[in-house]
Amino acid sequence: MIPNEIAISVQGLKKSYKNIPVLKGVDFKVKTGSIFALLGSNGTGKTTIVKILTTLLKHDSGTAVVNGFDVASKPDSVRQSISLTGQFAAVDEILSGRENLIMIARLRHLKNPRQVADDLLKRFGLTDAANRRVSTYSGGMRRRLDIAMSLVGKSQLIFLDEPTTGLDPEARIEVWKFIKELSDNGTTVFLTTQYLEEAEQLADRIAILQNGRIIVNDTLTELKKLFPPTKVEYIEKQPTLEEIFLAIVGKKEEK
Amino acid sequence: METIKNYYFTDLSVMLGRSMRHHFRSVDTIITATIMPVALMLLFVYVLGGAIESGSNNYVNYLLPGVLLMAIANSMGYTSFRLFNDVQKGIFERFHSMPIARSAALWGHVLVSLVSNAVSVVVIILIAFIMGFRSPAGVLSWLAVIGILALFTLALTWLAAIPGLTAKTQDGAIAIAYPIHILPLISSAFVPTNTMPTVVSVFAENQPVTSIVNAMRALLNNQPVGNDIWIALAWCIGIMLVAYIFAMRAYKKRV
Ligand SMILES: Nc1ncnc2c1ncn2[C@@H]1O[C@H](COP(=O)(O)OP(=O)(O)OP(=O)(O)O)[C@@H](O)[C@H]1O
Ligand SMILES: [Mg+2]
Repeated sequence: MIPNEIAISVQGLKKSYKNIPVLKGVDFKVKTGSIFALLGSNGTGKTTIVKILTTLLKHDSGTAVVNGFDVASKPDSVRQSISLTGQFAAVDEILSGRENLIMIARLRHLKNPRQVADDLLKRFGLTDAANRRVSTYSGGMRRRLDIAMSLVGKSQLIFLDEPTTGLDPEARIEVWKFIKELSDNGTTVFLTTQYLEEAEQLADRIAILQNGRIIVNDTLTELKKLFPPTKVEYIEKQPTLEEIFLAIVGKKEEK
Repeated sequence: METIKNYYFTDLSVMLGRSMRHHFRSVDTIITATIMPVALMLLFVYVLGGAIESGSNNYVNYLLPGVLLMAIANSMGYTSFRLFNDVQKGIFERFHSMPIARSAALWGHVLVSLVSNAVSVVVIILIAFIMGFRSPAGVLSWLAVIGILALFTLALTWLAAIPGLTAKTQDGAIAIAYPIHILPLISSAFVPTNTMPTVVSVFAENQPVTSIVNAMRALLNNQPVGNDIWIALAWCIGIMLVAYIFAMRAYKKRV
């Protein structure tokens, strides 16, 4: 593929925490403008990958190139071109929603921070709560603000680490809508999730991380083909991604 | 790289503005850092003042340096607390994934401590004036007093930053506040050290607050400062440098 069509390229990525290996050689590529979903159970290392790609954590070996910049040797250039919504809402509780957005807009050196803040508040349905302290927000409002803060400055690549964990179904669908909008506008989205349905709904490509490696990396259609042919039942039924996932990951309970 | 350096002071001022809001929106912080020392000053002067033999005919003059140091010391728990929260709640991660100089977030906290303590110091000096504080000191002596207070604030702030960055729990983060709070009480700040039992007075005479208080008192009364000022400066600069090195090391480990 042509290099500038690749937003993220990871090769042989390894990372241990105090001799406990978490990533044992991770390889994948993410196409510019696509939505890439990284699936994996608790503690498999999804957040570790996100932290390495967003320059928050140093890897032990292998290479990771984001928007054409090596994360190890050009972290500043990487930071110029990305935006992160971490696993846990990183909002300032003591400031209001508007103040949070203005703060980020200032830090991104935008011309009219107030205008940027007001537009995002409107888009994320936070206008009424704009001047309230974030400590009074509900979980869903916090997450919306968190995502809105990552959209300040319109980065070409956005990382979302479990963006809908802890949200009710309605709020989740709302977040999905935002993510789809982002993608429609050409932003590349790197998403981690534990919800298979989420990957199914959003992702152009789905990768499954297990035991420190990417064990599957394909489109949903291809993944469905991987699954054993439809069983003979009274009703023919397409396998859900959940079934595919469990079949691939295999006998987890038996350990 | 270029742009990050060019914007360093813009970014720092955004960080400063953010933490200033944290300071002034916390009633608790203002009570502990400003109102408590003023209340103590009132208590000492109007309730206990008659009974304490300070060897000075203006007890407010005698007390003021100690009250100022106490106000500064009392605010330190909040520096630890705010830093701890930023580390834990992930807001530092957001800042660090953005194109901002990494040290800006930490320096923001240090500057807030300086600015908010300057505000407390001015308020306390004004109230002391109303209570009868008078000083024959000239501009140079006042500048020296301000310099000592600034160094004392910086030294304690970097000291307070260490648990803020390394603690595992909130209680651990603010535990540093207690020994710092007690230092002004076991010093020449409120009563002469020769009235204390031997063991206590040996400690009191050799701890930083006593020499700082004595130096400030001499400066404010236009008396020769002797060695006290050099001992005071050595303490402040020594603590500041050592604490700075450890705090920076802890910070780098965190990011
Ligand atoms: N700072 C750290 N020190 C030691 N071990 C760590 C550290 N951070 C993560 N780990 C370990 O590394 C493994 C992967 O963690 P990571 O947070 O990347 O997983 P995850 O896939 O994001 O999990 P979750 O779905 O729960 O968010 C876990 O076993 C975790 O305990
Ligand atoms: Mg995670």
